[in-house]
Formats: sequence, structure tokens, C-alpha cells
Amino acid sequence: MRDRLKKIREEAISNIEVLNNLDGWESLRIKYMGKKGELTLVLREMGNISKEERPIIGALANEIRQQIEGELDKAKDRLIEEIKKQQIEKEKIDITISKHTKKLGHYHPLLHTIKELENLFISMGFSVVDGPEVETVQYNFDALNSPENHPSRDLSDTFYITKDILLRTHTSPVQIRAMKQIKPPLRIVSAGRTFRFDDVDDTHSPMFHQLEGLVIDEKVTMANLMHTIDIFIKKLFGEDMETRFRPHHFPFTEPSAEVDVSCFECKGKGCSVCNGTGWSMELLGCGMVHPKVLENCGIDSERYSGFAFGMGIDRITMVKYGINDIRLLFENDNRFLEQF
Amino acid sequence: MLLPVKWLQEYIDIDEDSKTLADKLTLSGSHVESIISLDRGIKNVVVGMIENIKAHENADKLLIIDVNIGKEIIQVVTGATNLKKGDYVPVALVGAKLPEDIYIEKTNFRGVDSYGMLCSLKELGYEDSVIPKEQRDGIFILDKEYPLGTNIDEILGLHGEVIELEITPNRPDCLSIVGMARETAATLNRKLKLPEIKVNDEVDDIKDFVESIEIDNQLCNRYYAKVIKDVVIKESPLWLQTKLMEAGVRPINNIVDITNYVMLEFGQPLHAFDLEKLKNKKIVVRRARDGEKITTLDDVERTLNSSNLIITDGELPIAIAGVMGGLDSEVTEDTNIVLLESANFNGKSVRLTSKEHNLRSEASSRFEKEIDLSLCEIAAERVCQLVEQIGAGKVVKGNLDAHENIKKEKTICLRPNKVNDLLGTKLTIDEMIDYLQRLDLKSCLEEGKIEVTIPTYRLDLNIEVDLIEEIGRLHGFHNIPIKPLVGTLTKGEKPYEKIVEDRAGEILRGLGINQVMTYSFISPKAYDRIKVKSDSELRDYIKLINPLGEDYSVMRTTLIPNMLALLGRNYNHGVKECYTYEIGNIFIPKELPVKQLPIERKILSLGMYGNVDFYDIKEILEILFNRLGIKNLEYVREENNPTFHPNRTANIMYGGESIGIVGEIHKDVMDNYDIGSRVYIGQLNFERIVKESNLDRKYRPLPKYPGITRDIAVVVDEDILVGELEKIIWKNGEGLIEKVELFDVYVGDQVQEGKKSVAFSIFYRSQDRTLKDKEVSTIQENIITDLEDKLNAVLRS
Repeated sequence: MRDRLKKIREEAISNIEVLNNLDGWESLRIKYMGKKGELTLVLREMGNISKEERPIIGALANEIRQQIEGELDKAKDRLIEEIKKQQIEKEKIDITISKHTKKLGHYHPLLHTIKELENLFISMGFSVVDGPEVETVQYNFDALNSPENHPSRDLSDTFYITKDILLRTHTSPVQIRAMKQIKPPLRIVSAGRTFRFDDVDDTHSPMFHQLEGLVIDEKVTMANLMHTIDIFIKKLFGEDMETRFRPHHFPFTEPSAEVDVSCFECKGKGCSVCNGTGWSMELLGCGMVHPKVLENCGIDSERYSGFAFGMGIDRITMVKYGINDIRLLFENDNRFLEQF
Repeated sequence: MLLPVKWLQEYIDIDEDSKTLADKLTLSGSHVESIISLDRGIKNVVVGMIENIKAHENADKLLIIDVNIGKEIIQVVTGATNLKKGDYVPVALVGAKLPEDIYIEKTNFRGVDSYGMLCSLKELGYEDSVIPKEQRDGIFILDKEYPLGTNIDEILGLHGEVIELEITPNRPDCLSIVGMARETAATLNRKLKLPEIKVNDEVDDIKDFVESIEIDNQLCNRYYAKVIKDVVIKESPLWLQTKLMEAGVRPINNIVDITNYVMLEFGQPLHAFDLEKLKNKKIVVRRARDGEKITTLDDVERTLNSSNLIITDGELPIAIAGVMGGLDSEVTEDTNIVLLESANFNGKSVRLTSKEHNLRSEASSRFEKEIDLSLCEIAAERVCQLVEQIGAGKVVKGNLDAHENIKKEKTICLRPNKVNDLLGTKLTIDEMIDYLQRLDLKSCLEEGKIEVTIPTYRLDLNIEVDLIEEIGRLHGFHNIPIKPLVGTLTKGEKPYEKIVEDRAGEILRGLGINQVMTYSFISPKAYDRIKVKSDSELRDYIKLINPLGEDYSVMRTTLIPNMLALLGRNYNHGVKECYTYEIGNIFIPKELPVKQLPIERKILSLGMYGNVDFYDIKEILEILFNRLGIKNLEYVREENNPTFHPNRTANIMYGGESIGIVGEIHKDVMDNYDIGSRVYIGQLNFERIVKESNLDRKYRPLPKYPGITRDIAVVVDEDILVGELEKIIWKNGEGLIEKVELFDVYVGDQVQEGKKSVAFSIFYRSQDRTLKDKEVSTIQENIITDLEDKLNAVLRS
């Protein structure tokens, strides 16, 4: 009997060792450990052996049972591991394939520029306001100190709806609206559509966009204006950008300046894009709000001063993205929009 | 404006190179747009004299010329026809270089060698617009004898630079060499040397030539006249011609050239009449009579009206004031006596007249801006001086001068502290006075304030702040130390409407929809293209008085046409699918004709074609509403909007009011926009979206109890809407329904004709207990009963 037990053990262990699937494992378990398994059958014959030998054989049988059980457990773990491995092996895929089913919509590049600018100015303490696209001559020209005889008022420059109502030619009337509505101190920016009688070509469009800024407070100076513009240019285009303030003329500011920025191409060294000047011209117009404009809005020009600035966003967008034809901004060709 | 540096140097010492000068001028306010070099790289082109001309035996159109270039006589073949023996001409020798990298070599013309080329002004690099008419079609004939063999660029002065300036409209005084010399002197802090104007010999008396001058006081501020007799009209000396050409003006003849020269020099337009061609020896400046006619110098007959100011001889018009002279009184080769006009006309009148007759001249563009009245006299006397200098005629003694009050110099009081307060500088009073003095603004300190005397030519200086700008720009804005804003802190804010707009954009882009932007004006034809009914209020649009063309002539009252147009463009570019949105304004007049500003209403416009159907676009809107916190919307069938498919369109209702529309575009409309794919459009009144939106979110505890799913399948008439069924389900839910999901709509074999089977999966859950089967069953029964009662539904087993 001892020999049979030992034989079962040897046979079981060697069978378990070569197991390669779970089905085989299960039949071996039944074969050795099941109710009708070989070990059970042997133990059933325990009655036939002597009393003295019984505990010894019993102990041996137990030992062998535990051994086989242990081997079976180990084999199961091994088999499960192997199956997992095989599964993983089978699941190998070509990771270079792209599916192209999900799509994210794109910002219009110009409206994205507006958003960036607005956020920039919000971070500098400016509030965003809106103004109407259809304006009065009063707000678009008169209140802004534009000379009555100025050619920009002509039908060949400005779109009119009646002799008193027009499509705003700049975002500056928002200044007037803001000053009439909000008591100083005030810091606002306003971006939007503007219109001028220009035929469509590479660089002109009858509809374009501007962003206007206005600060009114006590003791606001030209030095403050320059600092604000300098920060804004550096934040928008990069810390290495220089600004140059060139005296200029606008009816609604005095002093007035145009701002040139380091050439985007050569960063100021001088190249063919900037005609060797190192400057990208006329990016922005600005100045100290004209006292007449303040008075037109009921603000005491002796107590308060302020500055205003305005810029063409179409141009900034084109410079920023290297777009060479303004028409692209208004055609809304998907192949264009999906580049941004 | 073109500013030749050589000419400028006649009035001011300049040691700087032109680039440095240009930078300094730019920073003091005279914006230099470009620097043009007069040196055109011409080499080996010399003065030659024509010794002999003979015909070419083998070519009718060619001549063989012997040219003496000093050290030798060379043979040149030319096709020119304006040559005669003894003419002095520019000769490009073999090996010469002409502008635009043209090199001259020895050539053979039909058997005859040519050792060079005779040059025209164009070949020497002059623009057509400045080449004198008689020089245009031939070799440039020099005005007199020059040493043979001299380099032509020495004679033409082809060295140095011309600075091109942008002069702002407030500084018409800078539209002249003298004006710019003044600016340059102030910028460089140097002394200005103006020419001394003096005529040495005057003869006779002007009264013997002109009896009187009468002016219209409203439109003519001053009329100053001189007379020049014994005039010999011929071409000007070369120095005068080249100076004009460098400044961009074409030489005509000596008298006209001098008037142009003085206009460039001082900025005062002048005109010369042939006095003998006037009917009466007097000048009357008056408004034209309606229908009165004049033929101007450009040989065009023009019909005048009473808003035009004209110069007459007391009878007939001889010039349109400040715009252009008349042909009949033009100075010609036969002219003996010249009446010189140096006048000042009303700028607005000149501008309107020149616009009306589509006739812009150098003179009119100068009069449009205001000109200093005192220039009339200075300029006229300067012309006389030059006439005498080049021997073009004899100046008659005396002048006639009709004018209203000539403005005197005014003074402006400047508070020094205001200067520093506005500029943010720490300038001393002495520095301020120094800057002002540099600009010839006499300044003196009185009781702590600076009294500044403004010369008459500075029409732009009127109030204190104008002077602050002068100080600022001469100090240099770039020399102002920049300082951060101080003062009251303000919080940067965005209006709620903009926040919702940003949010809506984020949601839509997140769903794969591109943002677009289209014009605010459209073509009125667009309303026909989208089949808008003739009585629709969409057609109450606002028209522009002066559109750029019909396509841009009315303010849009709908965003649909622009959306369809761009979808159509994309479709025809072969773009397979296109999903776009625009948030933009429509313009609704408060009344027609327009008397006040219209209502500008923001619309969200959604448009798409490709692998989409009605349910896709509707779902996009539903996600949008959901994320913006807008609840309780209803979709009501819209069958009467002609732009849309009558069976695939819904009005979007909120609180019983339509806030938008969504649907498939009508086939006819798609055809009108050339789109061969079904198009879906949504339009939302964005103001309502903003109003009903709620971006606040509050946490709701997660469910603690399990729920129960039950299905319901019913058969109903085919035209019963799923939405109606869902409404009944929700109504009977006793607040325990969490979700109703439609999982099947079936029409076919096992369902009676005209009926459909609709199946829902309903998920029940309570927040405070585990639901019992029985209570859910009761609800299910109630739902079924209600469906049976209200919609004649039959439970499907």
C-alpha cells in the first residue's frame, strides 16, 4: 500500500508537471483528488491494513494528498499566468493605425485673436464692453472731435444708412458710450466689427475688426499709456518685442502716437519684410484723450485725464499666423479654418 | 510727400546721413515711409555733341550718328527722330551701366557697328510721370552746352536721397520744403536759413494791366496778384527741371515750372493766366451760375453750378478756383503778359468742387487743408524773384491784394505743471521753453505760466494740450520713462452675455463644430434665394445709401443666407462634411425709413452637411441647452417656413415662445446654393439663450438606492410624436422616473398599416428608499392607461 501511494505521488507529480491547459488540470484534480480519485480509492482500503500501520499509512496518505494539492495549486497558478500571457499575446494590435472619427471644432483665427486680447486686458484690470455696429454720426465722428470737413466722413469712405446713421468706421465710438455711461475711473476694451468703403483685395475688406481701449482716471499720463502698450505687446508677441512710439495725429487724442513693433520677421535687425527699418509699422494708434472729447462726454478735463488706443485685429491676426490674404478670414473655407 | 535732401539742405545744415535724418524726423512726428536713392548706379554715360547724322542704308528707321564725346568721336546707331546736329545728348559708352542693370555693349545694326547708345530720360531712370512731354518720345536733349565727356549723373545731380514722408492732415504747413525745413531745424536743434525774397527791378505799374479784383468773401479768403510782362515762354534751365522731377513734378515751361517750384517750396498753389486772353482787365472771384461752362486745362468741358467757386474776367470763367485753370487763358508759347494768382480759397468748397468734377489736382489737395493766408504774398513775390533770376520776364511794380481780415498771431497760455502731468515727465520750464523756441514758437514766462505766440502758419495749435504735444514730440516720446498705471484698482470683467457666448462656443467646438464669421451686409437677392415670403418681416431690412455693390447692400435680418453661402462654397471645394457656427448680429429697424439706431440682435447660427441628419443637429442643440442650464424646451413641428423642409423642421419653444428653429433646408434652397447634400440649419435667438441660461451648478447627492428598469412598447397611429408619448410617461412618473430611453420605433410586418410600434426603457429610482416592484408596476399601469386614453395606444404584448 505504501508503494501504491508513493507510486500515485510520483505519477501525479510528473503528470502535473507537464500540464498545459486548465481542462487537463481539472481531469488530473478529479483523477487524484476527486471522490472517486485514485488517492481516495487507496484510502478506502485502509480497513484492510493492520492497526499499527494505519496511522503511518494515514500520515503518509495525508502528506501525499497535501503534496499533490500543493502541486495542483502551483500548476493552476502557472496555467492561469500562461493563459493571460497567451491572451495578451493574441491581443497585439498595430498601434500606427489612426481612427479619425472624433473631431474638435476650431476657433476662427481672428475671433481667437480677439479672445486672447480680451483676456489679456481683463488680466490687466480692463473690462470688456460691446458697442453697436450701426452708429450715429454724432458718436462716430462729432463727439470724437473729427473735423466737420474731414474726408473720412465722405460717402466714398463711410457707409451710410441715413445722413445721421452709419456703419461705424472704428470702434472709437465705444469710448463715447463708455464715458457717458460709466463714471471715472474706468478701464475698458471693446472689440468688434468696423466698416469702411474699401473694395475687397488682398489687404482690404469693407468689413474688418478693431479693438479699442480706454482708461480714464485722475493723473493718467502718457508714461502710463506707453507702459500699458509695452506690456500688452510683450505679452501678445513675446518678451523680446520692442515698441516705438511715433508722434502722429488723431482728432480724438492729443498727444497722439502710432506704435511700431519690432519686425516680426527679423525681430528688429532689418530685413526685406520691414524695408530694412527693423520695425513693423502702424500696428496700433493711441494717445491721450483730447480734452474736447472728455468734455463732450461730461467729464471734467481739468480733473481727469486718460488714454485711448486702437488696433486693427485683422492685421494682427494676419501677422501672427502668417496669413497673406485678408479674404481668407471671411471666406470660411474649412480647409483654412481647420489649420488653427 | 517727397523731400529731396539736397533741396532741404539749402535751408538748413545737415551733416547726418539720410537714414539718421529719417529716423530723427520719424521720432519727432514726420513719419518717413521710405528713403529713395537718386543714385541709380549709372556708369560711363557722358555728354556728347552730335557732329553728323546720316541715314542707314539698310534700315529706314535707323540713323547713324557721329557723336563727339570730347576725347574722340564715336559712331552710334539710333532709332530716335528728335536729333539735330549740334545737340548735346547723354551717350552710354560701350561698357556703360544703366538703371535696372542694363549694360551697353558694342552692337551691329544691319551691318553698321554702334559703339554706344544715346539715352532718353526714361533710360536714365526717370519715371514717366515726371518726364517733360516733349522729352517723352526721344533722346534727352540737354538745355545747353556742357563740357563734352562729363558724366551725365553730375549734370543731372543723380546723387543723394529723397525722403518720402507721410504728413498728417493737421500739418498742411509741412507739405512744403520750407515747412519741412522748419520741422527739421526743430528736430535737429539747428538754425533755419530761409531765402531772402527780393525783386531787383520792377517796371511799370500793375494798375495799367489790371483794374481791380473782387472776391466772394465767403469762399475766397485772399486773392493776391502780380503781373509779369515781356514773358519769354521756353523750357526751364536744367537745375530747375531736375529739382522739380526729384520732387515728383513734371516740368512744363519756365513760368509754370516756377509756380510749381514755389508751391513745392512754400506750399502755396499758384496759377498763371495769359493776361491778354482775358476779355476784361479785371478779376472777379464768384460762385458759378448753374449751367455755366468752362473747358479746363485737361481739355474737358465742365458744366458748373452755384456751389462751385470760379475765377472770371468779370464775364467768363477762366478757372475753377483752387482746382484747375481754364484752357482759354492758358499760358502758351505766345504769351507775353502773365497775371500771377496767389490766392487762398475755402478748403471745403475746393474739396467738394474737385470731388464733384472728379478733378483732383496738386492745388486742390493743398487747398482742401487750410493754408496760411500770409503765404499768398510771400509765394507771389518769390515767383517774381525767380522769374527775374532766370530771365523769364519782367516783373511789373505793385500788386493787387483783395482779402478779408488776415488773422494775426494768437497766444496760448501753457501751465508747466500740466505738461508734466499729462506726459508723465519731469521737464523743467527752461526745457519746455527751449522745445517751443526750436519750433519758432515765441515763449516767455509770465507769473509761472508760459505765454506762447503762435505763428499764423501753425493752424493746428489752438489749445494748451496742442502745445503739450509739441513739447512731447520734440522731447521724444521714446525719451519718456514708462510708468505703470496707478490709481483706483479696477477689476477686469466680462459681461454675462459674453461669458455665455464663450461657453456656447466652447460647447459647440467641443462637439466638432467650427467657428465662422461672415459679413453684416448681404444681398437683397438672398431673401429670394432662401425663399422668404414676400410679406415676411425678414424683408424689412435696412439699406445702405452707398453700398459697395448689391451683394453688400442691406443689413442682414437673418444669418441663414451667409451660412448657406459658405456651406455651398465648401461643398463646391470638395469638402465632404462641414459643421459650422456663427454668433453674429442681425439688424432690425425700429421703423422704416430708418430714423434711429436699429435693434442689433445676436443670433447663434448653426449649419452643417455631411454624415448628419435632423437628429444630429437637434442633439447638438440639446447638449448646448443642457450645458447652458436651459430646461423645459419643446420642439413643435414647423411646416410653414419656406426655407425649410416642411416635414423635417421644428420650432424650438421656451415658455410658449419660439426662441429658434432647427431643421433640414428645403431642396429648392439647397439648389439655389448649389449644395448637393442635405443641409441642416439651426438658428437661436441668442439674447433669449443668455436670458434663460443658468451656469450655476449645485451638487446633488449620488443615489443611495438601486433602481428598477421597465420597458413599455405600444402601438400608436403613425403621426403620433414620440415627444407626446414621452410627455405622458413623465407626467405619470410620480417623480420616480430618472430616465426614459426610446429604444425602438418600428413600422412594418407585424404592425397594422398606418400604425407604428414605439418602445421605451424607463428607469425608476427613489432618492429615499428602495423601490418595490409593486409601486413601479402601478406607475407602469397608469402610464399605459393614460397612453391608451389620450393617444389611443395599444399595449404591445
